[in-house]
Amino acid sequence: MQKALLKVENLSFKYDKEYVLKDINFELYDKDFFAITGPNGGGKSTLIKLILNILKPQFGTIELNNSIKSSLDIGYVPQNTNINLDFPISVLDVAMMGNGSKHNTLKRALNINYTKLEIECAKNSLAKVGMQGFLNTKISNLSGGQRQRVMIARAICSHPKLLILDEPTSSIDINGQKEIYSLLKELNRDITILVVTHDLTVISNYANRVLYVNQEGFLHNLKQDRFRVNKDEHFCEVELMQMLGKNGGQN
Amino acid sequence: MVDKTNGRVKLMIEALHYTFVQNALLAAIMVSIVAGIIGSLILVNKMTFLAGGIAHSSYGGIGLAIYFGLPIFFGASLFAVFSAIIIALISFKQRHRLDIFIGLVWAVGMAIGIIFVDLTPGYNVDLMSYLFGSILAVSKEDLIFMATLVVIVLIFIHRFYKEILAVSYDSEYATLRGINAKLFFTLILILSALTVVVAIKVVGLILVIALMTMPTYIAEQISNSLYGMMIKSAIIASIFTITGLAISYQFDITSGAAIIIVGATILSIFMLIKKILA
Repeated sequence: MQKALLKVENLSFKYDKEYVLKDINFELYDKDFFAITGPNGGGKSTLIKLILNILKPQFGTIELNNSIKSSLDIGYVPQNTNINLDFPISVLDVAMMGNGSKHNTLKRALNINYTKLEIECAKNSLAKVGMQGFLNTKISNLSGGQRQRVMIARAICSHPKLLILDEPTSSIDINGQKEIYSLLKELNRDITILVVTHDLTVISNYANRVLYVNQEGFLHNLKQDRFRVNKDEHFCEVELMQMLGKNGGQN
Repeated sequence: MVDKTNGRVKLMIEALHYTFVQNALLAAIMVSIVAGIIGSLILVNKMTFLAGGIAHSSYGGIGLAIYFGLPIFFGASLFAVFSAIIIALISFKQRHRLDIFIGLVWAVGMAIGIIFVDLTPGYNVDLMSYLFGSILAVSKEDLIFMATLVVIVLIFIHRFYKEILAVSYDSEYATLRGINAKLFFTLILILSALTVVVAIKVVGLILVIALMTMPTYIAEQISNSLYGMMIKSAIIASIFTITGLAISYQFDITSGAAIIIVGATILSIFMLIKKILA
């Protein structure tokens, strides 16, 4: 049995009195394309923030594999990348932010500007997402899909083992969405991917496992044939809920 | 007509020989530099209202300084920095109710200032000069204070540019990358407080926010880096203040108001041109 990259056990979280997440259990394996879905307010983003250590779990544990030593080994693409659109910043500068310094503090203190290595690294990430031709473009002059690619480049800049994306295509047109997911599929050869999404075609065509979160979690290993949808066919959320909720996924 | 214009220009050039005019120009440029740099940070972090609250509350420090016979800059700085720290702390705890607390700091600061000025025996303070600036009365001490702030701001930006950029663009992501976003927000607010205090001399505390937002708003749209925005803001702010100063000298009107009207006019023209080109 393969060792889990991430192991979530009996995880519960409440903001005030009400539980947002209750008794969540799942494991994430190397090279998974793992989807988290569920209704709005069902706790998906909270779960991600717990994994990223932005929030601290109140009950239960989140165990990371030894290969994930620091937050730099997890790449993150936040949900709303359309904030701060007027910000005067170039594509390269955004990608560069992914370079959390791995140096020790003294070295870092002496290191005021970006190093050549950091710049190269950011350029490579941008090339990987097909944005190498836009290095000096202002971020506001990009389309939604292009901007999302830059955010992905920022996230993979530090060569993470795990890439987490929170609804990466929510504000992108259909073609842009397809491009983003085929890009993720490509990245998936080297990186484990965990994606929050409402898009059921994505779940059926790309993900190998899915967690349905609505306060509680229902885990499914997707055999692609059992769960395939046609290109034009869309599941509605209720159908999926029934399918995933009833079919007795492990709680 | 030509003779008249020539005469005016001559008059202005002659004016440059006066020490108080030289001081005013120097002050205008130094304040424009810090207002351009710190104003850029305020704009991209959407903290204009926070800076407004700090600006007005600093009048409390002016009142206290007058009452206790301390240097005005010292009193105002202390009070403004104190307000900045309070606002920073509240913004970490009660982000969604922050506007209420800013309003409170704003009003209470001014009230404290007015009461202490009232209590000062025999002091007939010229409130207007603090509200709208008195740049022609800049002293040597004022200039030293301004120069010190320029140096501090430049060092801060040079040393922490990466961190400031990361925190301003996406504070959550910056936090994930191990940058202390709260610390940098607090530092930006403290520097805003000090910038407001030096700008009081030039444009006054009511108009200081305009000096920190109008040049930066133009600069933001013609820059594709924060660094570039800061430099352009400082240059545009200098143009505003020097032109405003000349007009104020020429027509004998309040310098702060003249500077702001110059700024507003240039901003309107800029937006009009942008609209036509778009």
